[in-house]
Order: sequence, then structure tokens, then C-alpha cells
Amino acid sequence: MSETVTIAVKRQDKPHGGSRWEKYAVAHEPGMNITTALQWIAAHPVTVDGKHTAPVAYDANCLEEVCGACTMRINGRVRQACTALVDRLLEDQPDQITLEPMSKFPVVRDLQVDRSRMFESLRRVRAWVPVDGYFDRGAGPQISQDAQEAAYPLTTCMTCGCCVDACPQFNDKSDFIGPAAISQGVLFNEHPIGRFDADKRMAVIAGAGGIADCGNAQNCVKVCPKNIPLVQSIAKAGRAATTYAIKRFFHA
Amino acid sequence: MANGTERVVVVGGGLAGLAAAMRLAEAGVHVDLISMVPVKRSHSVCAQGGINSVNTATRELGDSEWLHLDDTVYGGDFLQHQPPVKEMCDWGPRIIDLMDRLGVTFNRTSEGHRDQRRFGGTMYKRTAFAGATTGQQLIYALDEQCRRWEADGLIDKYEYWEFLGPILDDNGMCRGVVAQDMFSMEIRAFRAGAVVMAHGGCGLIYGRSTMSMICTGGAAGRAYKAGVKYANGEFIQVHPTAIPGTDKLRLMSESARGEGGRVWVPRKPQDSRDPRSIPEADRYYFLEERYPKYGNLVPRDIATREIFDICVNHKLSVEEGRLCVYLDLTHLPSETHRKLEGILEIYEKFQATDPRVTPMKIFPGVHYTMGGLWCDFEKDENSGGMLSGSPRNHQSNVPGLFVIGEADYQYHGGNRLGANSLLSCIFSGMFVAPCMQNYMASAGGGSADDFPASLFDGEVDRHREAMEALIKRAGDENPYLLHQELGDVMTRNVTVVRENKQVEETLSKIEEIEDRYARAALTDQGRWTNQNLSFTRALDDMIVLARVIAQGALQRDECRGAHYKPAFQIRPPDADDAAGMRRQANEWCDAFAVKNEKWLKSTIAEFTPDGPKFSYEAVDTSLIPPRPRTYGLKGAEIIEDVWRERLAGGGPGKSATESGKEAVTSA
Ligand SMILES: Cc1cc2nc3c(=O)[nH]c(=O)nc-3n(C[C@H](O)[C@H](O)[C@H](O)COP(=O)(O)OP(=O)(O)OC[C@H]3O[C@@H](n4cnc5c(N)ncnc54)[C@H](O)[C@@H]3O)c2cc1C
Ligand code: SF4
Ligand code: SF4
Ligand code: FES
Repeated sequence: MSETVTIAVKRQDKPHGGSRWEKYAVAHEPGMNITTALQWIAAHPVTVDGKHTAPVAYDANCLEEVCGACTMRINGRVRQACTALVDRLLEDQPDQITLEPMSKFPVVRDLQVDRSRMFESLRRVRAWVPVDGYFDRGAGPQISQDAQEAAYPLTTCMTCGCCVDACPQFNDKSDFIGPAAISQGVLFNEHPIGRFDADKRMAVIAGAGGIADCGNAQNCVKVCPKNIPLVQSIAKAGRAATTYAIKRFFHA
Repeated sequence: MANGTERVVVVGGGLAGLAAAMRLAEAGVHVDLISMVPVKRSHSVCAQGGINSVNTATRELGDSEWLHLDDTVYGGDFLQHQPPVKEMCDWGPRIIDLMDRLGVTFNRTSEGHRDQRRFGGTMYKRTAFAGATTGQQLIYALDEQCRRWEADGLIDKYEYWEFLGPILDDNGMCRGVVAQDMFSMEIRAFRAGAVVMAHGGCGLIYGRSTMSMICTGGAAGRAYKAGVKYANGEFIQVHPTAIPGTDKLRLMSESARGEGGRVWVPRKPQDSRDPRSIPEADRYYFLEERYPKYGNLVPRDIATREIFDICVNHKLSVEEGRLCVYLDLTHLPSETHRKLEGILEIYEKFQATDPRVTPMKIFPGVHYTMGGLWCDFEKDENSGGMLSGSPRNHQSNVPGLFVIGEADYQYHGGNRLGANSLLSCIFSGMFVAPCMQNYMASAGGGSADDFPASLFDGEVDRHREAMEALIKRAGDENPYLLHQELGDVMTRNVTVVRENKQVEETLSKIEEIEDRYARAALTDQGRWTNQNLSFTRALDDMIVLARVIAQGALQRDECRGAHYKPAFQIRPPDADDAAGMRRQANEWCDAFAVKNEKWLKSTIAEFTPDGPKFSYEAVDTSLIPPRPRTYGLKGAEIIEDVWRERLAGGGPGKSATESGKEAVTSA
């Protein structure tokens, strides 16, 4: 193993600004991940050409793939930097590792992007249980083990954005809410109390920017780090949208 | 809205901050919620194992809120004021019920009730859990509720905003905060009738810890420098089971042991055999052998010290060049592995070994800050808990500035029990809301609208000037490398085993780092999304708090909870005969009473430009008298016997009210 690893980072100083590539020779440590490499660059911000530069801007917090912050494109594939192990990346592509910001969101700076659109989608689909209040009302509804096991994977969605980054239908020209929000809509529609708001959610999921925008390319599910069954959620949402449309038709 | 002028700032959107925000919004108070990261990405997502409360299943076995209180204060080595802890334990069942109603996917029994597992420092299965990602599920539920209030216009979220300091008026009362937009670098003031700090812990002072990247203590340092007292700084939890990594230490939750995981080392030092082929007889399950009652579920400070002792003093580390012991889950059924999926995946992802078939290699890592910003409470003389709605509860010495969550110091004393933190965070967030409202309604409290713009503009200017000075600073020191040096020396000398000489050396080193910090220059002088600036600014706060921690550790000449100084340990009885043992146990108990007289006190640090000024404050132990904390250690039974006899005879610390009850857990 060589003592340094070449990391190429696509840098951009400002939103809407131009971008450029910079390369760094990062000291190799056994077991290191991409966030370690970025920390190393921050402490030694000099390119391979000897140019002094500013530390690379990036998001990261938990460093164990549970907060969703550090999503970026690594060797062209969208994923979390904290679980991207350098040695494993070098096996596939020995000469260098490339880091780019996610492709579907406005770049703030370097590898940092603005994902507020995803949170806005969660608001649109009303991804919450509409409880009366926070006073004592005893326990929640009894839930079978099967129902818990079905819901649990959906609740691990960390709004990281991998799925929408890979989705051909999600871009700045569409207002598609994306697979993550659809899946959250399904989660709350199946919750014993959450379902009281199901029609309000369906109005969004069946409306403009909703499920009809999904081309069923299934890219999303392949890149989801939490293995969330997005295609299954999308299928459920699709069926529910049809039922909802028929219901609306008869009530209109 | 109840009152048009009611407006508060919540600093931090972890469990504590979100719980406070949603409760305040429900009461019609307008909330400005400030967080360095989108709140959904706060450190609370890392919590794995679960959240404690008494429940129907444990009650069947004789459990009660009182026993939860008892376990918590015994676990904390009696350093916490008992009324707040009692209140928290009383609220426990209600908090879990609420989280259940909010849709948290708690694991279920076959009848559809919530399932529970056992955690450290208790004999009861009190811990409700959602797989091995409980913190993530809890914070998402609160995030969702806050989004709902956001849609209703009662919460304004300021994500990617960094708290720079509180704004105090001429009377020293808090009237708002100054914060900075981390993208545009705009600095502005937020006026508020009251402010609540919920910024979490400060593990990054130790370089690598199990905490998230923003857990620097930056916000704590800024509040402290503005005059808020800092309490029990030296109490830092080192978790027994973490996996060392190049960027952080990744936790292997206590739930692994709660579900039956066993800690062991080969009896033969560095036995090179495949661990799976080492027969039972050649394995040393040291926790189980030394603590037959609690076994692998002794509290964290004890498990950590034992692992240290095994590796360092007994030289039984599994590996030659690296300290580690086995945490073995291979004997557990796949059903159990499934409940632990979240953490097993983490191990697999980072270590490239399957912990279902090969024992994990783990070692202790810095994990939790028991200390924090000082805050008050008012005891309810009827219940023994806290007086509901009293503005004193969770209010710091700066009027109008409240503290909750890991940022405060109230609930965990000298050592936190596993799965009690998620509870204390949500509880303190829920509980503080009416206290803040009552404060705002009281004379002098309340609206910041009447204060002149000059108060707020002046503070903004001050922070802007400080930023400009930092950006322009020239020098040859690198803030990231200084941080590493700070982390290394703190980890080496102010964690598990503390020797005064080494702590003194650490203090000199901190002083050196402080001098060099004045020459730390930024490599990014830009005014857009300058993370270099944000980190370097926080480094100053880390240095200030490191001093509070180290100085506090130096002064506290005793062993209590996570603070362990071998030079001041009371020698355990080791005589050959029964009479000798009894005599020594009596001496032990005398020494213990003397030590409590002197040190059963909260450490209080106040900022001065020349370093922290220390004082000590009595601890309210009015509910459960302090007792020796042996956890049934083999050979220490005699201490418990002697202490019990003394108590029965009306000896030291006897409580009038509930003295009968403590016999239950020490039996
Ligand atoms: C790996 C791990 C596992 C754990 N597992 C458990 C468990 O199973 N059970 C249990 O009970 N406890 C557990 N804990 C402890 C528990 O997770 C934490 O104590 C708790 O989540 C802290 O919550 P909090 O709301 O106080 O702060 P945090 O969740 O840390 O939130 C802090 C908030 O403050 C904000 N903030 C910080 N500084 C600033 C600033 N300067 N300006 C603006 N905003 C700021 C952050 O953006 C964030 O929103 C675990 C801890 C770790 C590290
Ligand atoms: S199935 Fe395809 S089009 Fe639909 S959300 Fe997934 S990636 Fe996008
Ligand atoms: S569904 Fe998966 S990929 Fe999409 S945001 Fe959630 S966790 Fe990320
Ligand atoms: S830092 Fe949280 S997912 Fe990578």
C-alpha cells in the first residue's frame, strides 16, 4: 500500500459559481474512510501542485451513517462519505478517488449542498402522527410484531438524498417530491392514527409532483444505504392513489 | 397565541431542544429554533440502545419509580440532586407513552405491547427500544411534530445557524442570543423573553469520542464565558465498549450486553488461537466472575475500569500492540441478532468482520458529559420531586437562560446509567416549557421588545469584530493539529485513571495550547460558508472547557463514579480472618463517611479571565441516603453488611422518609 492516496475533489466556491478540480495527496491510514481524508485535507490544505487552498467544505456529523449529512458522489456513485472506506475504494479504482457534490441539489460550497427541498417534501406529505396534544393520554395503539417489522425499515430513512440524487425524475425542472417522501407518506398512512390524515397525504401523493412523476426506473432503491424497500412503498402509494382518485371521482 | 409577546429561543435541535420547542409551541409560545445542523441530523440520532422507564412488566416483578430513582442515584454515586431525578423517573412511563403515540416504532411483544430489554446498573428490564436505532426513531418523531408546528407558524427553524453567545441586559438578565448563518456568515441578534440551551455534550475536547462532529462544547463554552456557571465538568463518561476508528470511536451499545453479549479475554495472554476455538475453560469472563450479581451489566464506569485493569495491569489484552477485549454475541440466536441489527451493521461496515460469527474487539471510549451548565430546581416538598412550573427549574444563574438535555448537569451525577439520557433529554425538554412561561410572566421576565436596539446591535458588533480579528489573525499554528494535541493529552490523562501529577502536566499543556491558540491562523479567510472559522472559534471554547475539566479533576481528591483516582481510593478489606475483615470494613465505612462529608458536593466553575474559579455546593440527598457503591463485588460484601448495620442504628445519612426502601436494592 502506498503511503498517500490521491483524492480529487470538485470544488466550487459559491452557489452558481464555476467549479474546478483539485487533487490532494492524503496520508494513508489503515481503515480510514473519506471523512478522515477530508479532515486530513482540512489540516493540510495544500494541493498536489503545492498550491495553498481553503479546507474543503462538506457536511458530516455522526460519522456512522445514521444522520445522513455526509452524502456526496464518490467515484461517481452517490453515498455517505463516512462509510466509504478508502481501501475498498482503491480496490475498484487504484489511481485516485473522486469526490463531487450531489447532482440534484444547489451547491452551497464544494461538497456541501442545500437539501431543504427534501424537508419541504416531508412537510407537504404531512409526515407526522396528528396527535391531539402532548399531555398524558396513555400508551399508543397496540401494534403487531409484523406491523412493527414492516414499519421499522421505513422509519430509518435519514433524508440523506441518495435516492433522489439517483432518480431520473427528480431535478430542478420537476417538482417531484421523490421516493423518500412518498415512502414516508406510506409509513404514516399505515400507522393506526397516522391514517386519519391519509386523504390529506394522498391529495399530495396523487397530485402534481406526486407519484405520477415516478417513471419506475428503480434507481432509488439500488442506492438507498438503509435498504429501504422504496419500490414497495411506491407500488403501495400507486395503488392508494388509484383508490383515492376513484373515491374523489365519486365524491366530486 | 396566548400572549403576543411570548417568544423564546431554543439553542439546539436534539431530543431536548425539540421536545422543548414542540411543548412551547403547543402552549402558543413562538419558538426560534437554532441549530448548527438540520435538526434531524443532530447527535441524538446516534443513540442506539434505548430509553428507560418503569413499565407494566417490571412492576410485576416489584419495580417502581422509586427503584428507578434508586438505581439512578446509586449508579451516579449519589452526586445528583435527588428531586429532579425523582421527577424524571416519575415521568418516565408518561414520556414513553407519548413517544409511542407519536409513532416511534418500538419493538413489540407478540401481543403488540412494547418490548423491553435490560441495561446496565439495574436488575430490571426497563429499556424500551426501536431496533438498535432508538435515538434516531425518537428524534424523528419529535422532528416530525416540530415540522407540524413549523407549518402552523409557531416554530421558525434556523438550521445551519451557530449560536455565538447570549445577550445580557444591564441587570445581567438574558434577553436573547447572537447567532451566525453558517452559509452567508451573517451575524444577527434574536430577541427572546427566555432562552433555553440544548446544545448537547462536548466529547470533541477529547479529540476522538463516540460523539458527533459538532459536539465541541462551543455553545457551552460561550455561555460559560458569558457568566453561566459550569458544574461537575470533571465527570466524563468513558463507555466500556467502542470500536476505535481513525475519525471517531464507534459505539457498540450496551444493548449488546443487555441482550446477552459477554465480555471476555483468553486466560493465556494474547492467545493466538481463533477465538471461536478457545474452549470455555480457557476464557476469562472477568466481569461475570468479579460481579456475579450484575455480571456484564455493571454500570459503565465499573466495566470500563475493569477492562482497563485487565488490559493494562493484567496484560491480558487480546492483541499484542493494541488494547482490546472480546465482546461476544456469537452464541446468541439469530432472533436476537436481528434486534441488534443497527449496531451489528456498523461493526460490519467498519471492521469488515461479521460479529454474528466472530467476537467483536472493543475498547472503552469517551462517550458522555455528565457535567454541564449549572441550573437550578425547586423541590416539591409533598412529592419529593420538582415543583411543576417553577421558574427556578432548569434556570441557570443567569436569569432567563435555561439549560436542558446533555448540556445540563442535573440527572446523572458521577456516572450515567445507560438509556437514562434519552429520558432526561426528552423529560427536561417537556418539563422546562411551563417553567419558562412562568418566568416570562413574572416581574422582570418576559418580553425583550422593550429593550433598545442598541443592546442587540452592540452585541452583534462585538461578535462581528471578534470574527474579523480571527479571520485576519496571522500565525504559524494550525487549529486542527492543536485540537489533536489537546485531544491526545486529555484522553491520556483525564479519562479512566487520573493521577494528580499527570493532570497537572495536562494543565500546563492546556496552558501551552492556549498560548499557541493565539497564533492559530485560518487557512480560509473567506466570508462564505467558512467551516474553518467555525471550527477554530470552537477550539477556543474547547480549550476553556478542557481547563474546567482538568482543574476540577485535579482538585477532587477522591474516587466517585467515573472520576477515579487510585491514590485516593479507600483500601478494600483484605484480611485473612473474619474479625480482621470486619474491623477493616468498619475502617472503610469511617473513611467513606469522611469522604462524603468532604466531597459529596457539586463542583461549580465560574469563568474569570485568569481561569476558572471553583466552589463546591451541597448535594440534595434528602430522599435516599448515600451508601457504598459495590455492586456486589466479590469480597466486598462485608462493607455492605457493616454499612447496613450502621444505618439501622441511625448512623450517617439516615433518611427519615424512605429509609426502608433502600434495603431492597442493596440486598
Ligand atoms: C453513540 C451514542 C449512543 C448513545 N446511546 C444512548 C442510548 O441508547 N440511550 C440513552 O439514553 N442515551 C444514549 N446516548 C446519549 C444520548 O444520545 C445523548 O445524550 C442525547 O442524545 C443528547 O441529546 P441533546 O438533545 O441533549 O443534544 P444533541 O442531540 O447532541 O443535540 C444538540 C443540538 O445542539 C445544536 N448545537 C450544538 N452547538 C450549537 C451551536 N453552537 N449553535 C447552534 N446549535 C448548536 C446541534 O445542532 C444539535 O441540534 C448515546 C450517545 C452516543 C454518543
Ligand atoms: S422508481 Fe425511479 S423514477 Fe421512481 S422514484 Fe425511484 S428512481 Fe425515481
Ligand atoms: S430513502 Fe434511503 S436513500 Fe432516500 S433519503 Fe431515505 S435513507 Fe436516503
Ligand atoms: S456523517 Fe452522518 S451519515 Fe455520514
